[in-house]
Amino acid sequence: MGNQILAQAAKDAGAKMMFGYPITPSTEILETWAKFCLKDKSLKILQTEDEMAAGFGTIGACLAGIPAFTATAGPGNILMQDAIVMAEALRIPMVGLIIQRGGMSTSTVIYSQEEVRLTCFGGNSEGFRIVYSTANLQELYDYTLKAFQMAWKYRWPTFVLADGYQGKMVGEVETSLQKSPMTNLKPILTKGVNLRNCYNLEEEIAEKITNYNDEYQKVRGEIEEYEEYQTQDAKVILMAHGIVAAATHMAVDKLRKKGLSVGLFRPITLRPFPTQAAINVLAKAKKIIVLESALGQLAELFKAELFGLNTTLIEVNKPALGFTPEEIAKTVLKLKK
Amino acid sequence: MNDNIPNFPSCYKVSSKPHKFCPGCGHPIVLKMLGQVIDEMKISNKVIFMVDIGCSLLAWDFFDLPTTQTHHGRTVPTAVGFKMADPEKIVIAYLGDGGAYAIGLQHTLTTCLRNNPITTIVVNNTLYAMTGGQLAPTTVDQEITTTTPGGKKEFTTLKGPELLKNIARPEAYLARGSTDKALVLKQYLRKALETQMKNNYSLVEALSVCPTNWQTNAQKTIERIQNMEKIFKTGEF
Repeated sequence: MGNQILAQAAKDAGAKMMFGYPITPSTEILETWAKFCLKDKSLKILQTEDEMAAGFGTIGACLAGIPAFTATAGPGNILMQDAIVMAEALRIPMVGLIIQRGGMSTSTVIYSQEEVRLTCFGGNSEGFRIVYSTANLQELYDYTLKAFQMAWKYRWPTFVLADGYQGKMVGEVETSLQKSPMTNLKPILTKGVNLRNCYNLEEEIAEKITNYNDEYQKVRGEIEEYEEYQTQDAKVILMAHGIVAAATHMAVDKLRKKGLSVGLFRPITLRPFPTQAAINVLAKAKKIIVLESALGQLAELFKAELFGLNTTLIEVNKPALGFTPEEIAKTVLKLKK
Repeated sequence: MNDNIPNFPSCYKVSSKPHKFCPGCGHPIVLKMLGQVIDEMKISNKVIFMVDIGCSLLAWDFFDLPTTQTHHGRTVPTAVGFKMADPEKIVIAYLGDGGAYAIGLQHTLTTCLRNNPITTIVVNNTLYAMTGGQLAPTTVDQEITTTTPGGKKEFTTLKGPELLKNIARPEAYLARGSTDKALVLKQYLRKALETQMKNNYSLVEALSVCPTNWQTNAQKTIERIQNMEKIFKTGEF
């Protein structure tokens, strides 16, 4: 199951502790980690009193130099933002596995892509985070490994953004035999270190945010990831992320068979958004169709980034509903006209 | 001239003095007692100090100890996470009555229930001082705050150690001292840290003064904390 794969990946990445509060559809991550802790005494778990404690507990462990993570969904993701903005402010390499459920409010425990905005930009901050949106079980494994590496390398809080479909999906993955160990793994709160997140003057915090942004912009090219498929000659570019991108990938094959010059651009990092790559691909297209299980949260992300691109853009929004490849193919055929 | 300089605990961070608290504030008394205990126990290389939001945040560079601010009410879970990751350290969560008993009460309760080996120090001045003196769970009957201008009468006063006593393990340590009797408070702080070193939970509440928000002169400040000691029983629980 996807959630078990995520827990296994965290273990293979070198994580030592998990702090979490049960919430569907992410709970099996916590349960799987609890089983790991029974067998391997170097691992620890704390089922906390709420998601805030889970987030701040993760931060506490990271301050001591121990790779730690949490997992949550929906309303829990909202409470988690309290800790996440502090992780941004203090450069704490916390890792979070976000298994999107339905929005808004408590909603369903099943599926949506309604937590994009929250995971990328939640809280009173500027989105100094790394967010990977996975599309299948193998990617759950691979990007969880990567999330720990990147979090500790760059010291930005890092998230694997999946969904209830991926979390509950059953299948096999290839686990990596060559694990790249985390770098820069050392205690943060040590002798001589006094950390604060509270400032007296506007100028002080303005300078801090500006410096963080300079650093973030400097390294974003090393972090950004995307997938492009059949885009070389494509007149219509479909844009999707996560599991919707997996369905879109199949839809492209179907449409190509019918002779349509269609391609897929899929951002894998939603933060930082792969802007330059998107511009290169999209500038050649006549039409962009964005498909997502939310009301324009992905479209909003890249419209903000690609201001000025002179291409027709159509949004296909299905809040909290999944897409089948057949349906995507049919929709594209209709919209192409 | 040098003879007039008081003996600060050696774990003080000299470059951050004078401290950032208001004149007459109780926090520096609690911190001085804590500093003396850390010196006497020779544990400054082991202590991790975490401060909440509210006036306690002003202690973020008070000591020459690894120190971090957290968010309001979230110092306790951060301390729990650190302690799990590095059990050899002595982790102190330093917060006000709002952080410990209102916005972070669930963490205070659960940490005590689980007997997490950390030490929580709660500075209780019966109101929210940093934001200008609003109602707190510890505000006493008839007390006038900026959000109870007619005097508080809606509900009873929360007493932290008494509440926790019902769920604390026998090995845990709960006490309430007063900045009015600083040396007694110091003994409680010492026992609290010793309890943590034996791998058990400890919490010390320190009754404290806030002349700024109480709008009291020295005489009235002392009278008021002595009156608080009648409402909030001091001692070990």
